[in-house]
Amino acid sequence: MIMPRRLLIEQGGAGHRGPALPACDVPKRPLAELLPGVALRAELVFPQVSEPEVVRHFTELSTLNHHVDRGFYPLGSCTMKHNPKIDEELAGLAGFAKAHPLAGDDATQGCLRAMVEVQRLLADITGFAAVTTQPAAGAHGEMTGLLLIRAYHRSRGEGEQRRRVIVPDSAHGTNPASASLAGYETVVIPSGADATVDLEALAKALDDRAAAVMLTVPNTVGLFEPRVLEVARLAHAAGAQCYMDGANLNALVGRVRPGDLGFDVMHINVHKTFSTPHGGGGPGAGPVAVAKHLEPFLPVPVAVVQQDGRVRLDWDRPRSIGRVHSFNGNFSVLLRALAYMLTLGPEGLAEVSRVAILNANYLMRRLAKSYDLPNPQHCMHEFVLSGRGLRRYGVKTLDVAKRLLDFGVHAPTVYFPLIVEEALMIEPTETETFDRLEHFASAMERIAAEAAEDAELLHQAPHTTPVGRLDEARASREPRLRWSVP
Amino acid sequence: MSFVGLTPDEERRMLAEIGVARFDELLAAVPKDVLLDHPPRIPGPLSEIELRRLLGKWSRENHAAEQVSFQGGGIYDHWIPAAVDALASRSEFVTAYTPYQPEVAQGTLTAIFEFQSMMAELTGCDVANASMYDGATATVEAALLARRQTGRKRVVVAGMVHPHTVAVLRTYLDAAEVTVVEDSSGLAAVADLRAAAGPDTACMIYQQPNFFGLLEDSVALHALAHDMGALAVAVCDPIALALIEPPGRTGADLVVGEAQCLGNPMSFGGPLLGYFAAKQALLRGLPGRLVAETVDRQGRRGFVLTLQTREQHIRREKATSNICTNQGLMALRATIHMGLLGRLGLREVAELCVQKSHHAARFAAAIPGYALGFEAPFFREFVLRCPVEARRVVEAGTEFGVSPGINLGRFRPEWRDLLLVAVTELRNADEIDRWARTLQKAGGAR
Repeated sequence: MIMPRRLLIEQGGAGHRGPALPACDVPKRPLAELLPGVALRAELVFPQVSEPEVVRHFTELSTLNHHVDRGFYPLGSCTMKHNPKIDEELAGLAGFAKAHPLAGDDATQGCLRAMVEVQRLLADITGFAAVTTQPAAGAHGEMTGLLLIRAYHRSRGEGEQRRRVIVPDSAHGTNPASASLAGYETVVIPSGADATVDLEALAKALDDRAAAVMLTVPNTVGLFEPRVLEVARLAHAAGAQCYMDGANLNALVGRVRPGDLGFDVMHINVHKTFSTPHGGGGPGAGPVAVAKHLEPFLPVPVAVVQQDGRVRLDWDRPRSIGRVHSFNGNFSVLLRALAYMLTLGPEGLAEVSRVAILNANYLMRRLAKSYDLPNPQHCMHEFVLSGRGLRRYGVKTLDVAKRLLDFGVHAPTVYFPLIVEEALMIEPTETETFDRLEHFASAMERIAAEAAEDAELLHQAPHTTPVGRLDEARASREPRLRWSVP
Repeated sequence: MSFVGLTPDEERRMLAEIGVARFDELLAAVPKDVLLDHPPRIPGPLSEIELRRLLGKWSRENHAAEQVSFQGGGIYDHWIPAAVDALASRSEFVTAYTPYQPEVAQGTLTAIFEFQSMMAELTGCDVANASMYDGATATVEAALLARRQTGRKRVVVAGMVHPHTVAVLRTYLDAAEVTVVEDSSGLAAVADLRAAAGPDTACMIYQQPNFFGLLEDSVALHALAHDMGALAVAVCDPIALALIEPPGRTGADLVVGEAQCLGNPMSFGGPLLGYFAAKQALLRGLPGRLVAETVDRQGRRGFVLTLQTREQHIRREKATSNICTNQGLMALRATIHMGLLGRLGLREVAELCVQKSHHAARFAAAIPGYALGFEAPFFREFVLRCPVEARRVVEAGTEFGVSPGINLGRFRPEWRDLLLVAVTELRNADEIDRWARTLQKAGGAR
């Protein structure tokens, strides 16, 4: 008989408590005297649990998670690669962890040096003039990049006229959402038959109302945009700026520099390409790299290396878009990325994209024998299969995803991109071994076979996970978003 | 160095299966002239041993490890129980991603549900989301929600909201749409606000305690916002909320803020932990992830991401926000932290902050030349008017192993004599003595 899982609020109770605080060692005064007229709260309905039980609670919860350190995690566009352990150790050094962002430049030279170094390396790797590390995530970077573009157009007196952002229908949802947030209208252009940009559709959408074209390279079906130079040329000819969504930078790193493709600005998801851990959904970091002409608009403050080698924060940037974060962005995440880049060095970095591409192409060719492959070209770091062939057995992509969980691997990204029906977006990353790829391929093949033989087995999947398929409709009908006190 | 694990033989087999002779053939779509003929000239590769040496050296170039911190201004040096690090560093949490497949993510989802529950209780609100990037962007999202909700444009900032929060508001909104109303008392001035705000006001935002550490009259501010048909947005410190009447109970529509102080290191200001709590009526307008309780097919309790039709991956340009991730690991740390401290511990921390900061303030006010900047009641943090420029006091701290506070002159030249001092439960009487000696030394050097 196993003890049932309970929430913290359902455990312990009055009389139980966690680790103790020291007694007050300064003369105490009554709160009413120190805080005259301030209404104090009567009650706080909070857990009362001993430390050992809190430890057990979260340890048990942790065992319910799939994670990279346990097994394959081919979540497309998320780049779930190995997270080196040394990076965690270094980010936790007391000199960094205890640094206060308002301590002043003299007291934080080590942090500032690390920040400048991250920016320099990212600029070199992406082929841009400058980098801001303030944005806390990819979508935050998109927003920042679009504000830079807006400021650029305004500085040229075209801010009012250029109100449109052109986005292909294969784009991540964050692209149009960020464009709206920056006050832009989104114009969606359909992809060509091969899922790459339809130049004719693009040319039609481009006029003097266009502020920017946002493009993901490689695109969300994993293909390098073969006419990317032409896209940039067309955009610039119309007076628009080119934004690159860097979510898929893992395919290019050390091999192709987005700055050389004609882009003016891009964001970098360091939690993807530069291996900082995803933390169950953050923290990430979304540095933004820009070409020379956008540099004056970067968020303040900007870290500047002085003649004497010391770093100071420069606030005197009259054309800056302003701040986008409370302080310096996700600093300790950037430290991890720095450690990662330095660990790999130039050759190691180029090896990342090479093996990421090799692994993806191998899996793609293996799986194309049992699943539909809508775009048969060589892929870059990821590829998209369609589960539409299983429809005749009454099996959906969702069933395939759930059944995969039974084999100890995470499911791919499903139902995205929207332009592929029953999409399964698979990104193996470079840190997977041949054995792991083989195991995943075998699992996928077995599921395809099971679909034909025993569809019900898939409908009822997963069978071996801590809970079975969860009722999402019920969750959203009358959402229970907080615990009730027993 | 790399983390790849393919042997040359395995590579040959893979290339054969793919049907190409050489790797380069896979790059057929990439224009030849953009393919680099050599990798970027970055430094490295460095072994772990070399990396430890280099970053270890840089970490020691910060004063942080040797100096006892009296700094605040939005980021605080609070106690982080050992169990927080031990549990939150488990790779089961660290190396997982957004719980897209809930059947293998119940650990993350349950913890978020507990986080939402605790933040809702702490703020006195009906619901809280899974977290935001930081306090400043949470405040922006609150302003944007208020605009959608009211159809109005103007955002009124009442009193001393953190200058960085105001700066981020001005970046996201048009600066002309943000009206800041300050007062020399250090508190929000209701009469001035009534005059400055009008029927075009979407929301009124105040900070509790405010940037100077002072406690605002939240009841009056909520009433004023509602009088003009605007939403009342309170930007609150969560530890203070363990002690004071939560704004959600006295009329605030949205309670948001920065929760770094709950179990997260200062880390030069990031990653942080924004939180976002609201009245039930605003639920469907919320930004960010939400986790709800449900059951599986056997009726067992489980948790899932919910109300995703608000979000960018479904609603695209019509989404409530472009936010995609939350600050998962920071929220987990806060959840473990609150779980460990519990009902009594969190309240004790808040009371110790009050006792120790008031003790320090009394101490300082008795040192010749120093005076409290403002008279209103404060929580944990206060402004000290110094007999010399505050940066001199900060510099003097090195000798005593103390970071005596934040030089407010870095924000505005007219504040150059003001030092913002935070005293948390971590500071003991001896450290407060050293801090006071720093003030004496700096003040006497006039």
